[in-house]
Amino acid sequence: MTALLETKGLMAFYGDFQALFGVDITVSQGETIAIIGANGAGKTTLMRAISGVLASQPGAILCRGEPIGALAAPDVLAHGVAMIPEGRRLFPSLTVEENLLIGAYGRKLGGTWTLESIYELFPILRERRGYPATALSGGQQQMVAIGRALMSNPDVLLCDEISLGLAPVVVRDIYAAFPRIRASGASIVIVEQDIGQALKVASRVYCMMEGRITLSGRSNELSRDQIHAAYFGADRHELH
Amino acid sequence: MSIAIPSKFETRTSASSFPALIAAAVLGLAAAAPFLVSRGAVQDLFFILTMLVLAQSWNLLAGYAGLISVGQQVFVGFGAYAMFGAVILFGIDPIVAILIAGFLAALLAIPTAFFTFRLYGPYFAIGTWVVAEVVRLLLAQWKALGGGTGTSLPREAMRDMTGVGLLRDLFGMKAAQAGDALTYWLALILAVATIGFIYRLLRSKQGLGLAAVRDNEQAARAVGVDARRMKAMVYLATAFLTGLAGALIYVQKARISPDAAFSVTDWTAYVIFIVVIGGIGTIEGPIVGVILFFLLQNSLADFGSWYLLMLGLVGILVMIFAPRGLWGAFSDRTGIQLFPVRRLLVGGPLGHALKGGPHG
Amino acid sequence: MSFIDTLVQGVLLGGLYALFAAGLSLVFGIMRLVNLAHGDLIVLAAFLLLVLVTGLGLDPFLAALLAAPLMFGAGWVLQYVLLNRTLGKDVLPPLLVTFGLSIIIQNALLEGFSADSRRISTGALETASVGLGPVTIGFMPLMAFLSAVAVIVCLNLLIYRTAIGRAFRATSDDAVTAGLMGIRPQRIFAMATGLAMVVVTIAALYLGTRANFDPTAGPARLIYAFEAVIIGGLGSLWGTLAGGVILGVAQTLGAAVNPEWQILAGHLAFLAVLLIKPRGLFPRAVD
Repeated sequence: MTALLETKGLMAFYGDFQALFGVDITVSQGETIAIIGANGAGKTTLMRAISGVLASQPGAILCRGEPIGALAAPDVLAHGVAMIPEGRRLFPSLTVEENLLIGAYGRKLGGTWTLESIYELFPILRERRGYPATALSGGQQQMVAIGRALMSNPDVLLCDEISLGLAPVVVRDIYAAFPRIRASGASIVIVEQDIGQALKVASRVYCMMEGRITLSGRSNELSRDQIHAAYFGADRHELH
Repeated sequence: MSIAIPSKFETRTSASSFPALIAAAVLGLAAAAPFLVSRGAVQDLFFILTMLVLAQSWNLLAGYAGLISVGQQVFVGFGAYAMFGAVILFGIDPIVAILIAGFLAALLAIPTAFFTFRLYGPYFAIGTWVVAEVVRLLLAQWKALGGGTGTSLPREAMRDMTGVGLLRDLFGMKAAQAGDALTYWLALILAVATIGFIYRLLRSKQGLGLAAVRDNEQAARAVGVDARRMKAMVYLATAFLTGLAGALIYVQKARISPDAAFSVTDWTAYVIFIVVIGGIGTIEGPIVGVILFFLLQNSLADFGSWYLLMLGLVGILVMIFAPRGLWGAFSDRTGIQLFPVRRLLVGGPLGHALKGGPHG
Repeated sequence: MSFIDTLVQGVLLGGLYALFAAGLSLVFGIMRLVNLAHGDLIVLAAFLLLVLVTGLGLDPFLAALLAAPLMFGAGWVLQYVLLNRTLGKDVLPPLLVTFGLSIIIQNALLEGFSADSRRISTGALETASVGLGPVTIGFMPLMAFLSAVAVIVCLNLLIYRTAIGRAFRATSDDAVTAGLMGIRPQRIFAMATGLAMVVVTIAALYLGTRANFDPTAGPARLIYAFEAVIIGGLGSLWGTLAGGVILGVAQTLGAAVNPEWQILAGHLAFLAVLLIKPRGLFPRAVD
């Protein structure tokens, strides 16, 4: 069976600088995977490449077997791949509700997620619906960002560093919404610095270092040492 | 006049000394031009040189300081009027009046900058235009200088101008011919001085700061470059140069009117065209641009509005498809620079640029 | 009493200036593009109306109705094909390209219509007016002012109450993230310029019927539009109307003192505002 989303030998560049060196990942229907790695490992670059913000080779990214690597962000979204960008990137000129509504701008499908069901998922947003989005607290802003991405009723939800800069208790609240999101049938790809959180949410994990996948496996089968080595490059010590 | 076109003899190691020799030869030839060519040709050369000064000034302003002005005609017109005022109202010698005009133009730049620098980025451009309109309208009210219809320089002032008598006695030139030769030499001096000034500025510590501001203003501020002061200084300097050029142009024209002296087409649109087509952000660009512009002007100006329409079209195409202009495209391909102002850390074809810098 | 009349005429003239300015303001708000050919586009639209009125014998208002979609299309294509290529961090390319465009439009119009002054006739409406005590209000100036108000109401509704308006604001905030929402910034920009050209057509209707115009009249309209925008404060269309009114009143007051001072008085009012409140009289709070 073809994977819902996969990358095959994906390379990505910022000008002359190569950031990804042949990355292979697969995401099946309904699955949650995590991508972990240190700062600068290429996780965000991978998300930007998949979502179409950063151009890559046509056949290096496939959605249901169709090449989407060369598509621009709006066309990737049309294939059902939505992203919560790093740093939330809410629109300051729009209210909370408008930020949510604009999430459905390019893909108006009937489905689980409507303004109403987002407000049920994050009730606080209903109270704050008329506020400028950037007047909210960091955690609430992250809820808006998640809701905004869900409004397109995506088949794949890419979550880039959604816990970054938030207090642990707030992170817990946000991840509490994930079972509901999964129940809607969406596959989820999370990028996390917090390994514990990643292992808890995801069924499979990819570990990245220096633009390459250095380790992958089921969350419950990977040992701490294995992850540590893949994360910090233990074998490099031996080389020196 | 011809420019120092780098020939095939030029090697990687002598990239800047050979052009220096050629430049010296060209300058010598240019200085002798009034004795070698016809009066009409001297007038053409005068036109090229003064346009070159305007273009170099605008290029410094827009290409290096990031201040895009479409109102530089204010300094041409004001410089010209200041010179006329000094000559007609105070009986000052035109040559001296040119200098006074330069200083007054720089003085005008202070209140002008005070207003326009308050405008954000692209609105600065229109702001400069408004200021030019205001000054034009005010000067059009000045009846002593002809009001809206303008006036002429008195014949005696031209005849008695410093140096004219000397040229007449030494070389037997007629007064008009001597006047042309004199203004031509002044234009030559002004053009060389302008290029020299800009070249030195860009290779100095201030020039480095300017480049930093252009590349990333925030970062430049963070390392202590006072971007605003730097831009204001460049603005004042270009006002001075533009004012001098304006006064000089109108000594030669000897007749002024507000509409002509503050013409946005003549003193800004043409100048922008010259810089864009030649290559913005390089010293060589305006030189290439002015020669091309002169050739176009001479062969196509009879077509009137079609000619201007074509200039606009060519300008747009160059801006989109070759934003670094003719010289930029040439320089990118060959690595040749006549005025190396970029600092390179490692060797390579232009490694000498490092040791050449006075403060480098 | 004639003072009040002067004041009222100035306010009505301000409506025309607000119409000049609204399109400029819209485009700047969405893509930070200052179109130096804006005034020339108004004059171009006025010539288009002139052709429709004299060539087809249409009523000027009907001609504007016909010209508006044409100008929308022209603006859309202009933005999509040409101006989008110039957008970026550097402010130089859009300024220089639109400056070139300004020269092209002026000279193309000179070639096509000569340098003669033209006027679009509205027949009996030209002289129609209402007397209110000491004040006489001309029908066309009143229509211009009311049109300005209507245009601003419509633009505000569009920007703040519709999906496309949300997309405008989102793209203005952050074009890359807008792309993740399925918004195509290139098309949003084209749409915005198209809309600006519709406003330009309305402005051209009143420019052309109010007074004479010729192919070189554009730059002055650009300057008035710009002054209205800056006086009012960036980002607020009502502020732009206020800016237009202040400019219009300053000009008519100046002209009342000495006809030669009309334009100058407007410029001086602009400089005075710039001196006292550099961010304009009604700047929108940074949000």
